[in-house]
Amino acid sequence: MSVKADLVIIGGGPAGMSAAVAAYDAGIRDILILERDTSLGGILRQCIHNGFGLHRFKEELTGPEYAYRYELMVRERNIPFKLNTMVLDITQDKVVTAINGEDGLFEIEAKSIILAMGCRERPKGALNISGTRPAGIFTAGTAQRFVNMDGYMPGKKVVILGSGDIGLIMARRMTLEGAKVEAVCELMPYSGGLARNIEQCLNDFNIPLMLSHTVVEIHGKERVTGVTIARVDENRRPIYESRQYIECDTLLLSVGLLPENELTKSADISLDRITGGAIVDQSRQTKIEGVFACGNVLHVHDLVDYVSEESEIAGRSAADYIKGKTTTGKDISLITDGKVRYTVPQKISAEENVTVYFRVSDIYRNVRIVVRDGESILVNKKKQKVAPGEMETVTITADMIKNIKGNTLSFSIES
Amino acid sequence: MYDIAIIGAGVVGGMVASALSKYDIKICILEKQNDVAMGATRANSAIVHAGFDAKEGTLKARFNVRGSEMMEEVAARLGVKYKRNQSLVVGFEHERAEVEAIYKRGLKNGVKGLRLIEKEELQTLEPNLNPELSCALLAETGAIVCPYELCIASVGNAMDNGAELMTGFEVCGIDTEEDGYLIKSADGRVIKTKYLVNSAGVYSDRIAEMTGDCDFKITPRRGEYMLLDKECGNFTERTIFHTPTKMGKGILVSPTVDGNLLLGPTATDIEDKEDTSVTPEGFATIFAKASDNVANIPFNKVITSFCGLRSVGSTGDFIVKERNGVVTLGGIESPGLTSAPAIAEYVEGIFKDKGVLGNIKADYVATRKPAHYFSTLSMEEKNEIIKKDPAYGRIVCRCEGITEGEIVEAIRTNPPACDLDSVKRRTRGGMGRCQGGFCSPIVVGLIARERGIKFEDVTKFGGGSIINYYKTKGDK
Repeated sequence: MSVKADLVIIGGGPAGMSAAVAAYDAGIRDILILERDTSLGGILRQCIHNGFGLHRFKEELTGPEYAYRYELMVRERNIPFKLNTMVLDITQDKVVTAINGEDGLFEIEAKSIILAMGCRERPKGALNISGTRPAGIFTAGTAQRFVNMDGYMPGKKVVILGSGDIGLIMARRMTLEGAKVEAVCELMPYSGGLARNIEQCLNDFNIPLMLSHTVVEIHGKERVTGVTIARVDENRRPIYESRQYIECDTLLLSVGLLPENELTKSADISLDRITGGAIVDQSRQTKIEGVFACGNVLHVHDLVDYVSEESEIAGRSAADYIKGKTTTGKDISLITDGKVRYTVPQKISAEENVTVYFRVSDIYRNVRIVVRDGESILVNKKKQKVAPGEMETVTITADMIKNIKGNTLSFSIES
Repeated sequence: MYDIAIIGAGVVGGMVASALSKYDIKICILEKQNDVAMGATRANSAIVHAGFDAKEGTLKARFNVRGSEMMEEVAARLGVKYKRNQSLVVGFEHERAEVEAIYKRGLKNGVKGLRLIEKEELQTLEPNLNPELSCALLAETGAIVCPYELCIASVGNAMDNGAELMTGFEVCGIDTEEDGYLIKSADGRVIKTKYLVNSAGVYSDRIAEMTGDCDFKITPRRGEYMLLDKECGNFTERTIFHTPTKMGKGILVSPTVDGNLLLGPTATDIEDKEDTSVTPEGFATIFAKASDNVANIPFNKVITSFCGLRSVGSTGDFIVKERNGVVTLGGIESPGLTSAPAIAEYVEGIFKDKGVLGNIKADYVATRKPAHYFSTLSMEEKNEIIKKDPAYGRIVCRCEGITEGEIVEAIRTNPPACDLDSVKRRTRGGMGRCQGGFCSPIVVGLIARERGIKFEDVTKFGGGSIINYYKTKGDK
């Protein structure tokens, strides 16, 4: 089987679905969404807690509800999708190789591709924790899948390492299912999760959040029997004297998310060292014309609402590209001062209003977000507090872009 | 009554079983764990040593050189990945004499394809080496193989030829009878056999004691390893050793047949025969020693770390002997993997001489389908298979691209995968960069379905390695 399509969207999660709907509404009909799981929705399917859609739908939905709204939009428009379909390769000339049980291995020649593969959790191996390697060590997302989708309890007495949002959510979830969550240890002096999750998932359940703490050793031969935790110094090195043993049968890891860019790399698309996603311009176009990226494969978002927003940009841009409308003319690089860790997009290539998303590298209070074109200040926005766990935005207007003298815009946090 | 019982299903026991299963005799393989390849075979350097390390005249030297010669054919026959990637023993200027001594020893051991090389050639061959290194021994016959794959394939081959594998069979006593031995398992099972092969790894001294003939002791030597992402699999092309110490061949840097980069092992002698924990000291040693030989190793690409136990015998050499129908294979530390086929050949000779083996089976099958054959097929060939069984079109492990069909096949093929880790060792499903984050719930479901057991009864590696405690929803 070899087919052609105007637009192939890799991934049928919130990003892929939003992009598909936006491309359809911009006039594209020959769309194909390829989804590796058994239904559309991506990771939202296992996120049964609420808090999704406050920006987008002005109401509080669960993950599956949010996903279902988009699935309905896809279905209402009769946008084709293939489930249980895994994309194995994409090439620079936009040939997509995929596999499923019905069609076997097949190729699609696409005019345009949207990368919407999402992200995955950083595994334990990357942490090099000492001790044994028993059963009972899971990433928070794997435990979430066992509890919420399969209906099984992977632990009864739990320690969570890392205070990413999934870890916080799982602290509450395991507690509600009858487990005892002994502690959430966070290596950094602050949590990487949303403030509302710390309040609702830990504080409301009296689960201690131990900042500047890490797990230094895992105990147990067959199943985890305990972990040794320790406080860390300012260089994040464990302080030996502060070691303490916590008896538990489960260690959940919530130590970061990594955009899944294996396919992006197979097409030789350059990645941003900080985000782990492709380098894109304001239209979310990568260095290959007609290949766009959006959602968590581009950079890890904290709210799905922003994923949808970003993916609509990618969907509309792909539609423009397919229709032959190109909007170039500028080549501006966005650079950061380190306090601003990264920006998305990393480039601006057209004179239009651009919302720039970014994250900061530490907690800063009473600061200004400053955007400069050489010496001249384009944006000077006061903030009481910025934190790594919360994505920030600034808007650069078409007018500002039109009048930029240099070829860089610098983003900084200043007091 | 069995003709021959083999205690321990590591790579040595597996190769012995495979060699003996040619003959028309009744064989059983007794394994304490839930799966084969669970001891030193599971966690070692995965190297086919050329044979220059062992002292001339030792059993180690003899079996190493012979095993190295045999390995390519054995691997091909059993469908196991093997790559002759060559090896280098590197040294700084002050270690030149040692490098030359190893070269001479290699020549004495009869190793072919050895050559001393100088700095310039070394840098051309391996640009990522520490530029301070000044000389090296190049061994053209140095190779890599996957040890647990070899073990699984050899046990599978033996089973295909009628050998019986009994897992969870922890030998707790051996009674000598007139016509053979009664072997008792901790769970109450008892089997009777005429002859016995002790390939029990770190426990081979205990088994020898049970047979009333133990003149050696095994001291487990911990070896910690770090495995790097496939992105780094080409960081060195060859296996890089440093000049050896009395604790072993030091920390090596080597690609694996699966395309990862392996660093290790450390070497610490311990008493506990089960202590496979990794330590901060181990990380530090690997970091320091590996960096001595290879510059700028991307340590941030470590995907897992693990520890294996080498069974170091008190005699300093392999212990390979036969008495009263008991063949003892003890102290098979490095180069044990390389030597395994040669040891098996030798054991086959012992039993042949005793007249135990008789004729080769009429229906003997020498070969085995490669464990990873599916990934090597062309698009057309894959589509043929998918048409017959759509499960081969459903990818379960995203990182390694392993299909449901391959996982189900691993659960159904000899020796059957029965837990999460055994699926991993057979298919590589769950061994990629996400380390099973996405696929393990699906694999658990497949194991439960195929074995007809409850989801919550699927373990990580048998025993009490429970994954899920109980069902929360629906019928409990």
